[in-house]
Amino acid sequence: MPTLLATRVVEHQAHIFRKFWRGSAVAYLINPILFLGAIGLGVGGLVKGGKGTVDGVSYLAFVVPGLMAASAMNGAAAESLWPIMAGTKWIRTFHAMVATPVGPGDVFLGVVAWTAVRAAIGGTLFLIVAALFGGVLSWWAPLAIPAAVLTALAFAAPLTAFAGTQDTDFRFPVIMRLGVVPLFLFSGTFFPVSQLPSWLQPLCWLSPLWHGVQLCRGATTGSIDPPEAVANVAILMAIVVLGARWGIRTFTKKLAT
Amino acid sequence: MSDALIEGKKLTKRFEDFVAVDGIDFRVEPGEAFGFLGPNGAGKTSTMRMISCVSPVTDGELRVLGMNPATQGSEIRARLGAVPQEDTLDLELTVRENLLIYGRYFGLARPVIRERADELMSFVQLTDRSGDRVDELSGGMKRRLTIARALINRPELVLLDEPTTGLDPQARHLVWERLYQLKRQGVTLVLTTHYMDEAEQLCDRLVIMDGGLIVAEGSPRQLIDQHSTREVVELRFDADDDRAKALALISRTDVPHENLADRILIYTADGETEVEQLGRSGVHPETVLVRRSSLEDVFLRLTGRTLEE
Ligand SMILES: Nc1ncnc2c1ncn2[C@@H]1O[C@H](COP(=O)(O)OP(=O)(O)OP(=O)(O)O)[C@@H](O)[C@H]1O
Ligand SMILES: [Mg+2]
Repeated sequence: MPTLLATRVVEHQAHIFRKFWRGSAVAYLINPILFLGAIGLGVGGLVKGGKGTVDGVSYLAFVVPGLMAASAMNGAAAESLWPIMAGTKWIRTFHAMVATPVGPGDVFLGVVAWTAVRAAIGGTLFLIVAALFGGVLSWWAPLAIPAAVLTALAFAAPLTAFAGTQDTDFRFPVIMRLGVVPLFLFSGTFFPVSQLPSWLQPLCWLSPLWHGVQLCRGATTGSIDPPEAVANVAILMAIVVLGARWGIRTFTKKLAT
Repeated sequence: MSDALIEGKKLTKRFEDFVAVDGIDFRVEPGEAFGFLGPNGAGKTSTMRMISCVSPVTDGELRVLGMNPATQGSEIRARLGAVPQEDTLDLELTVRENLLIYGRYFGLARPVIRERADELMSFVQLTDRSGDRVDELSGGMKRRLTIARALINRPELVLLDEPTTGLDPQARHLVWERLYQLKRQGVTLVLTTHYMDEAEQLCDRLVIMDGGLIVAEGSPRQLIDQHSTREVVELRFDADDDRAKALALISRTDVPHENLADRILIYTADGETEVEQLGRSGVHPETVLVRRSSLEDVFLRLTGRTLEE
């Protein structure tokens, strides 16, 4: 069973994480505080002197789910590019794995599954910090955690699959600059998509991050719209499934030559 | 019908259009130590990787432990130990952690792995480095750790791709001793090497590969008897002129010989007599060495190349 063997890969990732968790813990806690402070409170203070609302809620409450989904994306992107190159080329840890009962597909699934675990940890901490800042409005908010996990998977699966096709890391900065950063800025993260020119607005459906932001926002502000949420989930899941199928292929090609 | 532990028939590996392994036939019996010798690029690693079930067979047949690598790779890998040519250790983890993590890939219980890890570290004399990060180890220590790691699942078959390349003589003897111990316990060994002394010491049987083909097969003794003469004379010259003259003289006789970069080798049943005869025909080298034939000579005569190029 591939899924069962993949848990052995997750265990490897978890071991590395437990060993070096201090560095990530700082990022997990400090980053939300910095972002919520600077953007939630700082920028939010400019919105009609701090009394204005965006889509009917305070700017802080508006931006919390945006940042939550975006940090799930950023975390997943960081985990799914360079560390994959380390596994296939630089340190070759994935080659050690495939010499055991674990196969290339298991390595792929395990690595991506671990990104989901990290997104769950990061999302939970983010939500707690955001609640302390007063940026969480609804009791539905915990649902934002699975939404963040799904967002992370929708990036981790295709990016890990892509990284499995590469022999050097020279395309990775391009993906970050031309892919991840624009999505970060224009997916309803910091301002509603309705601020964009009307002909541009429908393009948000092409952004996986926008679907994640919508789900997180529905949960933390309590404004969830069930039919649209179902569509958001379905689209993200489709990306995960397609990414996984691609990734199992690229990892097999890379690790079993 | 066959109780071979490994059996290859017309086994072929192609990378795009390039043929790395060109339809080789071989069998490895349970409990034997089997060697693949050959110059760089002969196809040894490509063959080993197919046997390890990490590289798919392009053509021909391969059975390992009675199973088919294409469909039962995971089951086969569960029962073998693989030492790849290039180490794949987790550099940021310690010696001990590398063994613990690797054991988990086989689904072994943690207490079992901990016990075996301690045993294996002492087996390869790394106990005092158990808490050190792997990237602080020397190349030879890493190699020993890779060998120890391959034994965590108590494999019945161990595949070693150049296990002692880069090791100092002491470490190499330790590895030989340990491999010999495994063999006595009934473990089947398959190894590749560029060292004839290693092949002569460890291998019951070996094949010589060249250009993806098997060019000879047998025990070290059989190979020497079949493909070389009893003795070899090594002639060395200081001046290139002398050497060229000598070579011309030797070529006129029908004595089998090989012209290497630093010496001329003469193959003969009786070295002393041969040296006298050469002296009479005017060949006067600076140094003369008469020795028994070795696997190196077999290799040279079959492939026209030295083992360690
Ligand atoms: N992944 C690959 N893609 C393309 N060609 C390859 C690949 N791996 C090996 N080859 C080629 O196959 C041939 C055999 O290589 P192989 O590694 O099996 O040789 P070897 O006998 O192990 O040599 P060495 O003694 O140097 O380790 C070489 O010409 C090599 O360039
Ligand atoms: Mg090799």
